[in-house]
Amino acid sequence: MSAGLRYAGRRIGQGLIVLWAAYTISFLVLYLLPGDAAALFAGGADQEAVDPELVARLRAELGLDRPLWEQYVTALGRALTGDFGTSTQTGRPAVALLAEALPSTLVLTGFAFVLSVIGGVGLAIAASLTRRSWLRNSLLSLPPIGVSVPVFWIGLLLLQAFSFQLRLFPAMGDGGFDSLVLPAVTIAIPSGAFVAQLLSRSLRSTLAQPYIEVVRAKGASEARVQLAHALRNATIPTLAMVGVLVGGLLSGAVVTETVFSRLGIGRLVVTAVNNRDVPVVQIVVVFAAVVFVVANLLVDLVSPLIDRRITLARTAFAAA
Amino acid sequence: MLLPPSRSRVLATVASAGAALLLVSCSSTTAGSRPSASDEPVTGGSLTFAISVDSQCIDPQQVSNNDAIAIARQTVASLTTQDPDTGEILPWLAESFDVNDDATRFTFTLRDGATYADGAPIDAASVRTNFEAITALGAKAPLGSSYLADLASIDVVDERTVTIAFSRPSAQFLQATSTFSLGLLSPATASVGQAQRCGGEFAGSGPFSVESYTPNEGATLVRRDGYDWGPSTNAHTGEAYLDSIEFVVVPEAGNRTGSLQSGQIDATTGISATDAVLFEGDGFWSESRANPGVVYNLYANQSTPKLADPDVRLAIQKGIDREEITATLLGPADKPAVSPLASSTPYFTDLGDVLEYDPDAAAALLDEAGWAVGSDGIREKDGERLSFSVTYWQSPKEVLELVQQQLREIGVDLQLTHASIADSQAASADGTYDFVYGNLTRSDPDVLRTVFTADNPTGNTRRTTRTAVDDLLDEQSATTDAATRQRIVDEAARALVTEGITIPIYELSTTITASARVRGLAFEASSRLDFADAWIAE
Repeated sequence: MSAGLRYAGRRIGQGLIVLWAAYTISFLVLYLLPGDAAALFAGGADQEAVDPELVARLRAELGLDRPLWEQYVTALGRALTGDFGTSTQTGRPAVALLAEALPSTLVLTGFAFVLSVIGGVGLAIAASLTRRSWLRNSLLSLPPIGVSVPVFWIGLLLLQAFSFQLRLFPAMGDGGFDSLVLPAVTIAIPSGAFVAQLLSRSLRSTLAQPYIEVVRAKGASEARVQLAHALRNATIPTLAMVGVLVGGLLSGAVVTETVFSRLGIGRLVVTAVNNRDVPVVQIVVVFAAVVFVVANLLVDLVSPLIDRRITLARTAFAAA
Repeated sequence: MLLPPSRSRVLATVASAGAALLLVSCSSTTAGSRPSASDEPVTGGSLTFAISVDSQCIDPQQVSNNDAIAIARQTVASLTTQDPDTGEILPWLAESFDVNDDATRFTFTLRDGATYADGAPIDAASVRTNFEAITALGAKAPLGSSYLADLASIDVVDERTVTIAFSRPSAQFLQATSTFSLGLLSPATASVGQAQRCGGEFAGSGPFSVESYTPNEGATLVRRDGYDWGPSTNAHTGEAYLDSIEFVVVPEAGNRTGSLQSGQIDATTGISATDAVLFEGDGFWSESRANPGVVYNLYANQSTPKLADPDVRLAIQKGIDREEITATLLGPADKPAVSPLASSTPYFTDLGDVLEYDPDAAAALLDEAGWAVGSDGIREKDGERLSFSVTYWQSPKEVLELVQQQLREIGVDLQLTHASIADSQAASADGTYDFVYGNLTRSDPDVLRTVFTADNPTGNTRRTTRTAVDDLLDEQSATTDAATRQRIVDEAARALVTEGITIPIYELSTTITASARVRGLAFEASSRLDFADAWIAE
């Protein structure tokens, strides 16, 4: 068990390094980009004439006139205590802005996650079960299309059809379930396609394995072979990619929230980057990194419950 | 067209002189047909208006972004109003006003009985509180504090009289009092934190009050009951007709177009020129107005060796076919520039003769300056190519691409550098540019001084030391006599183009596109939206 603890400890350590790297890289990138929050604030979007004196005063107020390393160390120190500073654009705590934007994004990505799992798994099983090769081939040709079309294009297409023409769903806002459907489907299409692609590939290789022949020889029905035996083993490689799936859902939210004028951390971060609002960008980046790390950690902890061999292999590796 | 009623109580020399100005009317109905104004306005209903960007702030004294201004403008009344047709400054909260001869002292006599949304009276002391608060906001109130630069004193003479004095002549100040930036907020607002004010925590003086505001989502404004101090530039002076206005932030252009077509929004200014044709049928109308101020132009950095030569700058100015740009790429309301000032700006004069497209003259100027056509068609001198970069963020980028093609024909290579707003500002601030591209909206010719003066830190776009044109720019800001000011502004505008200090391209216009049920939504003098007379017809 101590090997297991050490394994968990190391995974958590790795996670912390990922968080620190995300924080530091986003800090550096934002400072390397030309233009700063003070100049943007003083000038506004419509003015090209910015008073250098006013900008200098603002820079001092925002602490932007201090050396870069000093700004970084101060900011990092405060971030460790959970204080991500104040949004330069709105003057409000970055944490509060994240907390306000988060529920909307969680609802959107949560619903999109459910849709993409149902859709992706359903498609993979349907393709695997069907005996007509033309139907299987056409089903299997859908995921590569789904993962390759741009999210904003899917969004505009759905808007055109279901909002502007059929008028079934609103084109904008966060007004309840109606306004959730189109954006969630938009994100679910590429994510579901990704799930379908992984699972059908995995199913195919599992079905080619010798033990499946044994199961078949015992007289199990094809549905039972696939659902009870192959699916369980085929799920594991798919599950390992949940981290990537979560990343896809979050990046899909950035685009989708803009197309559908929804609130959320996607809109928050786009606005913040445009305004060089470093504290807000950083808290969103760190949040996304936390989600990613936690998702991968959970996958690593859950996988052994599904397949005992993973635990054994990793324990052996850790002990070596 | 709105006709201002009696203005006999106006004392101001500046204001009455403004009537002498001849302005080109630039309103034009471009599509559909604007519903007849003779219909009887109906009280009630909510109007949904889409804006494209949210600047995270709707405090009228802090905003400088067009979309935020559309919200903020409705929440405040101003000391004065400006006639969109004549440029004349007329009473609003001030029933009369007086300006001394050298434009350093401005006295306003307030009307009786007007109140802020929290019930406080709009009196002289509250005007002082407002202007002091704007000065205290400093850079966070970029427009207002620039209008109040050189403020010397604010004297509350009596309850209804206030005198504002400047340490230097400031003829622009009277027009500034008509803008949303100097719109009046309740004295209680002055002690609200800057960020809270941005978030909508302020009590205004206008026909609408903020009910709610969520950044990136939108704002709800509701009718101010008891408002009866609308200006003569509105069709009526009483309470607004609409119960509420819903501003929704819709960043995606395709979404705005579809939402307007399908009736999910009632109006917007954010329809792209290519989509405008979709609204040329029944059920919609659109109306455009040129934004007053400095037109879209190339600001030449004269501290670079190549652009220090006026012949090179003038050649570029003559090598641009403005007619081709507006005719092929822009909407019917976007006009070729015929002055550094847009035609909707008071004191505008048409200098189209100076700004004619003349590629032969351009080529001759460059030949004379020693720039010979090289093997690839681009001119060279002493091994150096006649190549420039222009930093820009504005759309449509096709305008600059066409300029690039046109200049190539006279042997000038223009490289386009698309940048974010932040990056463009950084380039402007540190002077690392050949050309920057931009405009500035302001309904007073003093805008020329704002962007072209050599010694004002807010806008040395030329990057030169003072020249004769700076004297003209200073002089017009100290002149209240309209005829004299007109002469000086004309002289300054002409010098700016004949010396190639600016390379004007086209006049930006704002276009309202709306459903036919939207009535009375109009432009004020600075081409900002005014919802005071707007109503919904069912």
